[in-house]
Amino acid sequence: MTDLVSNGGRFAAITQRPPRPEAVVAAHTRRRYVRERRFKLIGMSAVIVAISLLAILLATVLSNGAGAFRQSYAVLDVRLDPAQIDPSGNRDPEVLADADYQAVLNDALVAAFPDMDDRQGRRALRAMLSNSSALQLRQMVLDDPALIGSTVPVRFLLDDERDQYLKGEVDPSIPEANRRLKDRDIALVDRLAEQGRIETGFNWTLFTNADSREPEQAGLRAALVGSFWMMLICFFLSVPVGVAAAVYLEEFAPKNRWIDLIEVNVNNLAAVPSIVFGLLGLAIFLNLFGVPRSASLAGGLTLALMTLPVIIVVTRAALRSIPPSIRAAALGIGASPLQVVFHHVLPLALPGILTGTIIGMARALGETAPLLMIGMVAFIANVPSGPLDPATALPVQVFLWSDSPERAFTERMAAAIIVLLGFLIAMNVIAVLLRKKFERTW
Amino acid sequence: MATAIKVNELPKTEVPAAQRPAPKMSARKVNLWYGQKQALFDVDLDVAKNSVVALIGPSGCGKSTFLRCLNRMNDTIDGCRTQGDIRLDDRDIYDRSVDVVQLRRQVGMVFQKPNPFPKSIYENVAYGPRIHGLAANKAEFDEIVETSLKGAGLWNEVADRLSQPGNSLSGGQQQRLCIARAIAVAPDVILMDEPCSALDPIATAKIEELIDELRQHFTICIVTHNMQQAARVSQKTAFFHLGKLIEFGDTDQIFTNPKQQMTQDYITGRFG
Repeated sequence: MTDLVSNGGRFAAITQRPPRPEAVVAAHTRRRYVRERRFKLIGMSAVIVAISLLAILLATVLSNGAGAFRQSYAVLDVRLDPAQIDPSGNRDPEVLADADYQAVLNDALVAAFPDMDDRQGRRALRAMLSNSSALQLRQMVLDDPALIGSTVPVRFLLDDERDQYLKGEVDPSIPEANRRLKDRDIALVDRLAEQGRIETGFNWTLFTNADSREPEQAGLRAALVGSFWMMLICFFLSVPVGVAAAVYLEEFAPKNRWIDLIEVNVNNLAAVPSIVFGLLGLAIFLNLFGVPRSASLAGGLTLALMTLPVIIVVTRAALRSIPPSIRAAALGIGASPLQVVFHHVLPLALPGILTGTIIGMARALGETAPLLMIGMVAFIANVPSGPLDPATALPVQVFLWSDSPERAFTERMAAAIIVLLGFLIAMNVIAVLLRKKFERTW
Repeated sequence: MATAIKVNELPKTEVPAAQRPAPKMSARKVNLWYGQKQALFDVDLDVAKNSVVALIGPSGCGKSTFLRCLNRMNDTIDGCRTQGDIRLDDRDIYDRSVDVVQLRRQVGMVFQKPNPFPKSIYENVAYGPRIHGLAANKAEFDEIVETSLKGAGLWNEVADRLSQPGNSLSGGQQQRLCIARAIAVAPDVILMDEPCSALDPIATAKIEELIDELRQHFTICIVTHNMQQAARVSQKTAFFHLGKLIEFGDTDQIFTNPKQQMTQDYITGRFG
């Protein structure tokens, strides 16, 4: 000890080193701080860029799509003339179903606009309402035959072009030849508005109807139901299989070359482009097993294939994060390996597995490419009643509507994106909340 | 190797073989490899019933490895290979007919870092009896939990909060909870792998007292880095170095009059 102090010993090189000039040290320190500030600035600007891009995206989608949640209706007083609908008067449903409701509707329109009672005028009046209006009347009468003989105010869907005009999307100052809505049609809508026959309400059609050629009748129901079935099938297929595979690989499998090979391949599968899974689904589920084309079952199976490797990877990560001391504790009092996994490791890993699963499912919900491969891009005008019926999915509906020239479809496409984003945000929020709730410190 | 044989001969010279009680556990010629690396060399060691055997030695000397042979915890390590003869009540525990799960019920273990399950205090203690089917109804479980916690000297501190998570206890309490969990399945032998190394001196003193009480009913094998602790709690001490058992004998003799120069050097702090 004394030796070391007296002649420096092996610490001499350290303690007796001449100090660097203070200015040099200060400059060095300053440079360090400058670097730190610069890095913070870069990081912050990166975050700002990302957030503003996201904000632009959301703002665009919202401003484009908000209009689709409102729909204009024309309210007409319809006289349900017994002579026109049910001449015999015995309320036979077959007779009621066969009656000429278009004529009833025409009469109601002409009653509102007496000056238009010529061929061209009647056509212009008819074009004002959605082409489903006569069917709507028919359904109304069939539901309640007691209405026959009275005059009732009925709310009809306004045609999409007129709806767009009322929302201010059609500019009347454009030369008439360059717009689909002619001056005469615009004048008619204006007169309808003057008469107080225009009502604006929430566009329930968007959620109750399937796709349609007429934008005002088009809705997301087929896509919502299709996406629901696909998520259900995907979840119940990929989660049990994925978790079982991950538990085996992580907890039971011997560590050898084969398992390494499987691991590499699973990780690769998780990164395979989704369109490839679509091709696989097409080849296996449609061509080999004969699953109906465009059915939710085919879509769900294909999405399950795609989600499976993701679930395996996240489950393995969750299992690996459970400290070995828990396994040792359970083994130490005589739990069998299976009991260790099912009593301790798996329950503790569950929040992580759940979070990963939700994120994987959210990815599957937004997936379009593989569904295009298995024919889910078809025009689906009926709401599917089961997983074997032709269906479509939310992102595919977005894709379909983005292809349509009508302005009203553009609006509905943005609305579909809002609905899709709503689901995705909800799923991710649930994932974050679950993680927060079950987060554990060891 | 000569040392080990010599040590094993020691008691014979003092007590005639017929009068000596059979050891609870005995190990003969235990060799162990982690992959290519040999970690234990021909270890011979006897653990007498109702006694405490302390395993001491520098880090990496194989004392924990040897301890984990006694309840076959090394089986769970990939590439670990054990050779030799380890007997519990004169029955080879590495025999094919031995069920590892039952063996670990008989030979319990307490780990270095307190590792209660992230469940309630009650569930921590009741888990072992539950998986081994040791209790038939709630009343019996309650009884086992209470006696085990009393056995571990924890009952008075936790009796009114059995449903709280085991992790909410202090470090020393957690370790006693782990001891309660180990004794809940009524083992014959309790292995302790440096049970106090993560605890403060007061918690350590409590555990040491507890070990002394536990000795009346269980056989204990404890690994420790703390030589005072070995001297305080054990009747026999084994000194390991580089995977070899250098000296094994009565604790008094090891600490006051070691036969090997290496043991002498280690306990006086000249290396380690």
